[in-house]
Amino acid sequence: MYVAVKGGEKAIKSSLKLLEKKRKETGTKSIEINQIKEQLSFAVDRVINEGSLYDKDLSALAIKQSQGDLVEAIFLLRAYRTTLERYAYSTAIDTSKIIIKRRISASFKDIPGGQILGPTFDYSHRLLDFSLMKEDEINSYENINNQEPKNKEFPSVIDYLNNENLLEQEINNLNDNPFDVTRDPMKFPASRDQWMQILARGDEGFLLGLSYSAIRGFGSKGTHPFVGEIKYGIVDIFISPDELGFEICIGEIEISECQMIDQFAGNKNTPPQFTRGYGLTFGYNERKSMAISIVDRALKSEGYGEEIKFPIQDQEFVLYHADNVEAQGFVTHLKLPHYVDFQGELNLIRKLRNEILQGKKL
Amino acid sequence: MKTGFNFAYLDEATKRMIRRKILKAVCIPGYQCPFGGREMPLAYGWGTGGIQVTASIIGKQDILKVIDQGADDTTNAVSIKNFFKRVCNIMTTDRTAEASLIQTRHRIPETTLNKDQIIVYQVPQPEPLRKLEPKEKETRKLHAYKEYALMHVKLYEEISQFGSVIKTWAYPVETNNRYITDPTPIPKFDNPKMNNMEALQLFGAGREKRIYAIPPYTKVKSLDFDDHPFEIQTWDECCSICGSTKSYLDEIIINNEGKKNFICSDTDFCKSNLEKNK
Repeated sequence: MYVAVKGGEKAIKSSLKLLEKKRKETGTKSIEINQIKEQLSFAVDRVINEGSLYDKDLSALAIKQSQGDLVEAIFLLRAYRTTLERYAYSTAIDTSKIIIKRRISASFKDIPGGQILGPTFDYSHRLLDFSLMKEDEINSYENINNQEPKNKEFPSVIDYLNNENLLEQEINNLNDNPFDVTRDPMKFPASRDQWMQILARGDEGFLLGLSYSAIRGFGSKGTHPFVGEIKYGIVDIFISPDELGFEICIGEIEISECQMIDQFAGNKNTPPQFTRGYGLTFGYNERKSMAISIVDRALKSEGYGEEIKFPIQDQEFVLYHADNVEAQGFVTHLKLPHYVDFQGELNLIRKLRNEILQGKKL
Repeated sequence: MKTGFNFAYLDEATKRMIRRKILKAVCIPGYQCPFGGREMPLAYGWGTGGIQVTASIIGKQDILKVIDQGADDTTNAVSIKNFFKRVCNIMTTDRTAEASLIQTRHRIPETTLNKDQIIVYQVPQPEPLRKLEPKEKETRKLHAYKEYALMHVKLYEEISQFGSVIKTWAYPVETNNRYITDPTPIPKFDNPKMNNMEALQLFGAGREKRIYAIPPYTKVKSLDFDDHPFEIQTWDECCSICGSTKSYLDEIIINNEGKKNFICSDTDFCKSNLEKNK
C-alpha cells in the first residue's frame, strides 16, 4: 500500500498525542520539577551546560518534557535561550574566590587549603542499592552538621609551578570582545575563546571519546597528562555596565573547573616546559571538565608548532562536530523524505546497468 | 492572536542582521556569506537556515507556501508551515501562483516563478567543494582564487568511469560566471529553472551558518563539458494521476509484488494539471 509521508497534518497531531500518552501510560504520579532538580541533579547539570543556559528550573522542566531524553532536553533549552535578549557580558569569573564543595589535586600530595573530597561517586562501590526500589520518604539533610570549609580563597594550585617558570604563562590580556559562538559564525583558525565556548556547550560523550583517544594513543607523543587541580563550588558573577563604570554582582553559579598539566618538549625558542589544558563547565560536571581540558591542550598543538596528525588536534574536526544539537539534527534529518533525490539515483542506476548489460559502454 | 514570541519568532535585531547578510549575498551572487545563525525550535538539518531567512523577510501581507520533496502535505512542510502560522499569524497557500514567499526543500516548483515571488531554499551543505576538500579554511581560498580544478576533475573522472556525470541531485552550478554554487539537493531536473529565474532565490544553511543568493535574471549554468553536455532526467512513463510528461516523477510501489506507478512530485502542479485537463 502506498502510505508515503504525506497527509502530514493529521499524522503529526496523532503522533504528538501518542507521545503524551507514552508519558502517562498507566497514570503514575507526575514528577515535580523540584524532584528532578534534586534527585536527578547530574542530568539537570548536563542539560544547563550543553543547553548553555544556567537555569536549573528550566533544565528540569526540559528533562520532564523530553521524558528523560537529555539531548532532546538540551535542544529544548537551546531553542528557548536563543529568544532571550543579551543584556550584558559578565566579567571573567575568579575561580580562586569560591565557596568550595570539592577540590583535589592529583599532582601534589598536600596543597594549601587542603584536599577536599566533597560529594563524589569516585569511591562508592557501584552496587545497585535495592533499598531505593522502594524509598518511602526522603529525610531532609539540611540539619546534618555539614563541615563547610571556612576558607574562601583557593588560589590555583598549579600556579605554584610558576615560581620556577616550569609552567607556561596563562594569557593575561583578556579580550574585551570575546568571540560569541551564539552570535558569530565559526571562524578558522579558531581562537581559544571560540573553542572554549564550543567545548563547554559540546556533547559530553563526544568530548569524552576524543580525550580518551588522545591519552590512549591517538594524541600527541603519548604523554600522560596530570590533574593539577579540580574544583567544584560556587562563584559570583559580575557585570560592569557602561553607565555605572563599576562592577556589580548579579548572582552566583556552580562551576566545575579542571586544570590539566601536560608536557611540551620545547623548541628552538622555548626550553621544555609544562603546558596547560583548561576545562570549565556550569554545575557539577567534573568528568566533562576533565575531557575539555584534554581537548583544549590538544587544540593548542598548532600554536606550539607541534605536528597535527590526530583527530583531536584538528580544529575543524573537533569544533564542527562537538555540538550535539547540530549533530542530532543533521543525523536524524536522514529520516525526512528523500524520494526526489532517491528517484534520481534509481533513474541513474537503471540507466548505468542497462548500458552495461547491453554492452554499450565500458 | 498572542503567541508569546516576536512576529516570526526571531527578535528584530537578529532579523535585521540576517537581512543585511541577505543584501550582501544578493550583491555577490553565489558567494557564501557567513551569518550569526541562531538556534531555532526545529532541528538542524530540518530547515533551520531556510526558516531563519523566511522569518527575516516575511511580512504580515505575505502568503507563504512550504514544500518538501515538491509536496505541500509532507510532514516537515506541514510542520514548518504550522510554525509560521503560529508565530506570524499569516496566510498560507498550496498554490504556487498565489504565494509571495515559497520555502522549499529539494525541489523547485514546476510552475514558472515570477518577479514578485521569492523562493527560499533549505540548504544542508552550502559548500559544493566540501566532499572534495573537507577543510573550510581551504575551500574558502579555492573560491577566492576561483580555483575549481578539483570539481572539473571530479566530473571528468565520473565521465571516464561511467560514461556520464553521475551526480543526479545537488548538481553543481556556476553562478554569474563566478562562483561554483550548490543548488541544494534539488534533482538536476530542476537546475535549468534556476537560470535567469525572474524570482529572487535565497539559500539558508542553519547548521553551517551561511546565506547565499541568486538575484533575479542571473545566469546559472550547470557544469558540463562541450562533448558531454548537461542533461536532465527523463521518464518513459507519465504521471498516473494527471498524465503529465513534463514534470519530475516520484516512483511509488503500489502492491506487494512491487508493481510501480509514477506520480508528479509537485502536488500543486499535478492538481492544477488535472483540473485543466478535465
